[in-house]
Amino acid sequence: MASDIAAPAHIASAIATDRTRTILWRVFAYGVLLFWAFVCLFPIYWTVTTSFKSAVDVTQGHVIPWVDFQPDWKGWRSLGLSPDTIFQTSTVRSEFLDRFVNSVITSFGASILALVLGCLAAYGLSRFRYKFAWMRNNSDILFFFISQLILPPVVLALPFLVLYKALALLDTRVGLIVLYTLTVLPIVIWIVRDQFNSIPIELDEAGLVDGLSVWGVFLRIILPLALPGLVAAFILSLVLCWNEYFFAALLTSSDAKTLPVMVASQTGSQGINWWSMAALSTAAIAPLVIVGIALERYIIKGLSTGAVK
Amino acid sequence: MAAVDDHHYQISSYGVSPGRRSAGRWLVGLTTLLLAATVVAEILQANGVIAVWFSDWRPVLYAYLVWSVALGVSQVLRRGEAGLRALFILPAVLFTIAVVIFPTLFGFYIASLDWNLSSFEGPHFSGLSNLVDLFHDSYYWNALFNMLFYSAMVLVEYVIAFGLALLLNAEIRARKFFRIAFLVPLMLSPVSVSWMIGKSIMESRFGPAAALARHLGWDNPAFFASPWIARASIETLDGWVSIPFIMILLLAGLQALPKEVLEAAKVDGATSGQAFRLVTFPLMLPVSITAVIIRIIFKLKLADIVINVTAGGPGGATDTVSSFIYRVYRERSNVGYGTTLAMFYLVMIIIFLTVLLRFAGRWTRDARSGA
Repeated sequence: MASDIAAPAHIASAIATDRTRTILWRVFAYGVLLFWAFVCLFPIYWTVTTSFKSAVDVTQGHVIPWVDFQPDWKGWRSLGLSPDTIFQTSTVRSEFLDRFVNSVITSFGASILALVLGCLAAYGLSRFRYKFAWMRNNSDILFFFISQLILPPVVLALPFLVLYKALALLDTRVGLIVLYTLTVLPIVIWIVRDQFNSIPIELDEAGLVDGLSVWGVFLRIILPLALPGLVAAFILSLVLCWNEYFFAALLTSSDAKTLPVMVASQTGSQGINWWSMAALSTAAIAPLVIVGIALERYIIKGLSTGAVK
Repeated sequence: MAAVDDHHYQISSYGVSPGRRSAGRWLVGLTTLLLAATVVAEILQANGVIAVWFSDWRPVLYAYLVWSVALGVSQVLRRGEAGLRALFILPAVLFTIAVVIFPTLFGFYIASLDWNLSSFEGPHFSGLSNLVDLFHDSYYWNALFNMLFYSAMVLVEYVIAFGLALLLNAEIRARKFFRIAFLVPLMLSPVSVSWMIGKSIMESRFGPAAALARHLGWDNPAFFASPWIARASIETLDGWVSIPFIMILLLAGLQALPKEVLEAAKVDGATSGQAFRLVTFPLMLPVSITAVIIRIIFKLKLADIVINVTAGGPGGATDTVSSFIYRVYRERSNVGYGTTLAMFYLVMIIIFLTVLLRFAGRWTRDARSGA
């Protein structure tokens, strides 16, 4: 019949439109994603290339190295990090390294402390039932910890200024470590508790039957199994502490100053030349960008905890 | 005694001898006395009543630490196995009380004072006069209004992030490259972002953003000169950092969706528009609400970018409450007033979030019941 002969042609043209539509859709999808990737990465590219520019290139707004302009080590030289100055003494570089070490110590210290406190608390909340003061059950206690995320740093800033002055903890790394720990503790508890909840309690019971104490079970059996979550929590708190600015600016002056504060103080001064500022920014963001690229899997795992319920 | 659920231990009580129990009680009692004595001695010394060898308040800190350890040990002594379990949560609780609860209460006390840190006079009690000043402070209310604006912008960020998540969730190759590229903004400190984009790219003379704007016809691009444009620029900076964050959360949620539901919809003849509106979006509602609320919580703390790029300008237009209070602390030296501003803000946030969470709970329940 005529309709039978017409049918395959109809289907063929439908398939062809379908395929064009899929191709168009793919082009659109890749286009948008690439555009956004460009938006994300362009500022970094711009900063890195600016650190290799000289005055003329900056004012002209040149974009591509070796095509628009000739790269120059000037910016890095002022930091003491260019090939010719790297073996000489440089006050800027030694200050930079000093702040860098401060950032490392405070971030690692706070992350480790938060991890210890948080793991213990998360394990307790995951396995036992508690009643404490006005908090009737575990979810109340959990809310007590998580709700500290709501606390804006401003609220604590002045009490801590006064308290640290009295305790002689101003401008010390220990002081910052304690403060940063309290900032990231809720996040650590959140992530690690999620991890513990996914480990079946039968493993605990098997350990108890074998004669281990509660702490033995925790340290020998459960903790090694929870390692991915622990690493994710640790890295996430590392990133948050490293980039913290508010408390560091308020509570440190010369001894314990961290990297963001140093970068910020350079920004404020007038007449800063762009290439050295760009070099400084590049050096300041490099560590975390490298960490982010290398450990992306853990960071994403940590960030998306609890998003899937 | 008999526990109903499988996920928690049952309390098993081994016999604890009375001797052990009283030893525990003595331990706590003695260290509490030590702590109280130290506090009293410090207060007396600060007021000039007696003179001890204290040079600062650190002995109180040490006494508190000793007391905490004693509390932990005594729990084990007095309650046996239950004490061992309490030991898990005790450190975090004691830490939080010392570092969060106590300073916050202390903050409420400071808010009632009139205190100029740089003068030698010290604090005077001024009761509610700080609160009265607060209600007359137009800059503060402007900053509060800005917080509403920035929070409302979270919805825009959410829409963009959802779109990106949908695209990334489709059949795309090189997903890992995109994920890493989108993750990079989150790794940067707000200070770096402030300079890299705010001061460098958006610089009105040489920055590429300005050049692009001139290309598109805007003659004198100045991203931070007029209030609303400045607000939009700050929001762009913050969005640049946080849209990837929302996208990661939403992507995780999308990847956890059961595929059969979508396939069933396609089999039933739904177009992709209908499939999205009636299947994907409702299923994603819990994750979406969580992501938006988390984002709003962090947005309410926004300060670093504003401080470093515009210092609240022009004329306080881009101020967030945190950046405004930061300046109050640095400039006016009336820390009692600054703390009042901060405490008021805290109370407002708590109210706002409680209302929001209640709404969110109701929406999630409606979505689940298919209303």
